[in-house]
Amino acid sequence: MTTYIPHTGEDVADMLSFLGLASVDDLFEAVPDALRLAGGLGLPPGRGEPDVLAELEELAAANRARTDRMVCFAGAGAYDHEIPAVTRALAGRSEFVTSYTPYQPEVAQGVLQAVFEFQTMVARLAGLPIANASLYDGASAVVEAVNLGVAASGRPVVWLSQGVHPHWRATAATAAAGTGHDLRTFPLADGVTAWPDPSAPGVPGDDPPGVVVVAYPNYLGCLEDLAPARAWCDRTGAVLVVVADPVAAGLLRSGGDWGADVVVGEGQAFGTPLGFGGPYLGLFATTQDHLRRLPGRLVGETVDTEGRRAYVTTLRTREQDIRREKATSNVCTNQTLMAVTAAIQLGWLGTSGLVELGRRCAVATRVTRDALLAIDGVEPYASAPVVREFAVRTPVPAAVLLERLAGEGFLGGVALGEEFPGGEHALLVAVTERRTRAEVDAFVAAVARAVT
Amino acid sequence: MSAPGGRATSAPLLGRDEEPTIFELSKAGRRAWSFRTGGFPETDVEDLVPALHRRPDPVDLPEVSERDLVAHVTRLSSRQFSVDLGAYPLGSCTMKYNPKMCDAVAALPGLAGVHPAAPASTVQGWLALLVELEEALCAITGMAGATLQPAAGAAGELTGLLLMRAWHEAQGRPRHTVIIPDSAHGTNPASVTLGGYQVVTVASDERGCVDMAALHRVLDDDVAGIMLTNPNTLGLFEEDIAEIAAAVHGVGGLLYYDGANLNAILGVVRPGDMGFDIVHMNLHKTFATPHGGGGPGAGPVAVAERLLPFLPGPRPVRVAGGDGDGLAYDWQVPSRSIGRVHGWHGNALVLARALAYIRANGADGLRRVAETAVLNANWLRHRLSGVLDVAYDRPCMHEVVFSAQRLRRAYGVKASDVGKRLLEYGFHAPTVAFPLVVDEALMVEPTETESPETLEALAAALEAIVSEAADDASVVTGAPTSTPVGRVDEARAARRLVATFDARPPAGD
Repeated sequence: MTTYIPHTGEDVADMLSFLGLASVDDLFEAVPDALRLAGGLGLPPGRGEPDVLAELEELAAANRARTDRMVCFAGAGAYDHEIPAVTRALAGRSEFVTSYTPYQPEVAQGVLQAVFEFQTMVARLAGLPIANASLYDGASAVVEAVNLGVAASGRPVVWLSQGVHPHWRATAATAAAGTGHDLRTFPLADGVTAWPDPSAPGVPGDDPPGVVVVAYPNYLGCLEDLAPARAWCDRTGAVLVVVADPVAAGLLRSGGDWGADVVVGEGQAFGTPLGFGGPYLGLFATTQDHLRRLPGRLVGETVDTEGRRAYVTTLRTREQDIRREKATSNVCTNQTLMAVTAAIQLGWLGTSGLVELGRRCAVATRVTRDALLAIDGVEPYASAPVVREFAVRTPVPAAVLLERLAGEGFLGGVALGEEFPGGEHALLVAVTERRTRAEVDAFVAAVARAVT
Repeated sequence: MSAPGGRATSAPLLGRDEEPTIFELSKAGRRAWSFRTGGFPETDVEDLVPALHRRPDPVDLPEVSERDLVAHVTRLSSRQFSVDLGAYPLGSCTMKYNPKMCDAVAALPGLAGVHPAAPASTVQGWLALLVELEEALCAITGMAGATLQPAAGAAGELTGLLLMRAWHEAQGRPRHTVIIPDSAHGTNPASVTLGGYQVVTVASDERGCVDMAALHRVLDDDVAGIMLTNPNTLGLFEEDIAEIAAAVHGVGGLLYYDGANLNAILGVVRPGDMGFDIVHMNLHKTFATPHGGGGPGAGPVAVAERLLPFLPGPRPVRVAGGDGDGLAYDWQVPSRSIGRVHGWHGNALVLARALAYIRANGADGLRRVAETAVLNANWLRHRLSGVLDVAYDRPCMHEVVFSAQRLRRAYGVKASDVGKRLLEYGFHAPTVAFPLVVDEALMVEPTETESPETLEALAAALEAIVSEAADDASVVTGAPTSTPVGRVDEARAARRLVATFDARPPAGD
């Protein structure tokens, strides 16, 4: 077996003797005999590291859908972007990997400054002045934004566009069982949210929204005019939450520019591997007005006793360890390593790299979409403009199509699913900057074969 | 005696200059990025994005060479304490050594390169891994099934409370309060609020455990349940746990186990056997997944049989004999699921690391983890008796809470000062000023991976600091002076908030 315990037998004997104990069992005197586990844990005995690695490698080998074996056209909030060696090397430094929450700022300036730089970059992407130190993922960022919005507006009614990722809406619905928030989803029509007609009688009635949540681009990859959502917020005093894709944000108007009060998103695209869905990175930015309601950690700049620039977690009175049941959120451990990773990746990209990343995604997306739509029986799912992802109707069920494509070495996308009208015959396709023309051509040819 | 492996005073921290931000290192036109050759036509952004949606100016990001990026981030890393550098006795956080083998597992292309929405038929390895981890965690906790979705301990707590809520609603008797001891972590009451319940606090008695008389006074049929950490945040085992369980179950409530301190009891006693109905685990504590500077963690929640139908979904399941599609593993949504609590399947790469750690240790090794963690804490408690006051003078479990109350009264030296001074002896500070029920608390959790030599060096350092407090308190209250920065002005950070580079006042202000 493997052990990470340094104690020799003699060490243990000496320590027990120091304590006046006869055996290690005596250490657990406080545990009532009746409760103690008899016979040990029902687990196999420990094994050497090479054996464990071999076991895990075998499990890994049983995954066919891996980006080094299958060309990835799947997205839906998780994207196959370039992770350069420099990001892997720096983000893997054990000083970042094996530290904890910076409770002692004097010996945590590394993480604190990296997070400060991350907050600056996220705020600039969002077009808002404040960004927190991260949340778990895009879904948790939506939940926290809804909680902030309800607290700020004092109204529990939440209008959600169907264009917000279905899993994120589902997570918000789970949380609403505890908070009592009243979530109402407004469907997409031809790729854009069908908000209620403001001139219709009885709208919004006597229970106007406290929060309006809309995605940009939305789940179908479509760009929608956010002015109607903003107008509803202006009319009702609701908080506008824009769920923005941070890669597309390199090309698109920022949430702040559209008048968002909160911008949230999924930051996995910046240096974090697909990793079967986690750990990812929840992005959260807001305005000065909502500073005191910000969930989770925030790093601020200050000085030390000698007047040197220093960083520290700040406005801590919002947080759970101080405010307890009155805290703005229960989040404690967040996704700091992913935030540091994103700051490194955005430093690697820089101003020009982010634009080029977005442009390459958009070009490859357009070429792929046009080519797929040229296949007999493949039709557009929506006509609204797209930049990095799109949905098409397929003549065979999407699940069947995906199995056929997997057999040809392609992870062909994500089935849209029954929540969307005709969604079982629709495929969501994402094309990142990692896709080449040759891969796209081969993919399109495989789709053409698979649908006939 | 061997030299202590966990003392970090030889770390070569060069110089005491400020590290510029990456924004200050930026120079227009520099770049580090490069992409694959795509072979697509060169199309302008204007042709790709309609005017209504186009960003007028690019996002202002730092423009640096790869060399400067590496130097900057490497220098930042040298301004950071970590487990890999030295002992990190931060109570309640279980900052044990994080095996590198587990990092190698998380980097396997067959795990790291897998899209979370890939069809079940193409991710059988991942599904098997998750099922095996769930089974192992249930064996360790004595529970019937688990969800692996919660991304951290607090997310696990909220999941557990929502399970509690769903259970009571299904019984047709919604309740309104959840009992929490006054020694509990702050996440507990914050999660209770988010779960739609009111917090009822129950006091600790002179033993440092739940006051049974106080508990009986607050128990009624409006109590949804109780949240307990056992051993509790004072490092003490709740000896009356069987009686507590009977009393809470007696009014129809459920018992929630906060797994923050699970490391102390691995293979010794299981939460399920103590009577708990819902258990969350912090894999980043007990199962050695690295803390990442404050995450990612993973907070799976295991439940008793009667709560299985309410677990979040979809769940990875083993399919006996293969399902209709011939798959050995598939996704399944429990019949009365509370729904999703994560965007995908949880912090999967953290989960993979935890399984590797469990496999390497095995049943015997995990028991030895608990034994050694408790041995180390008790050795420190005994070694430092007479040096520092022990808050509750009785054998502890994996952590021991000292009080610096006497140092404050005699010399004006607070627990936080002791922690700051300890940094200069090459150790991370203990948790200070928590739990709240102890005045000037110093909560020390050595973990099982620190050697006796490191423990002795840590004890000697604390002993020296107590002497310094008596001789010249300013040495302690002025510490640290040898770290990259001295004490930071936390009040100023809050008063004049600068939370981004762009909010920084102009030079000279």
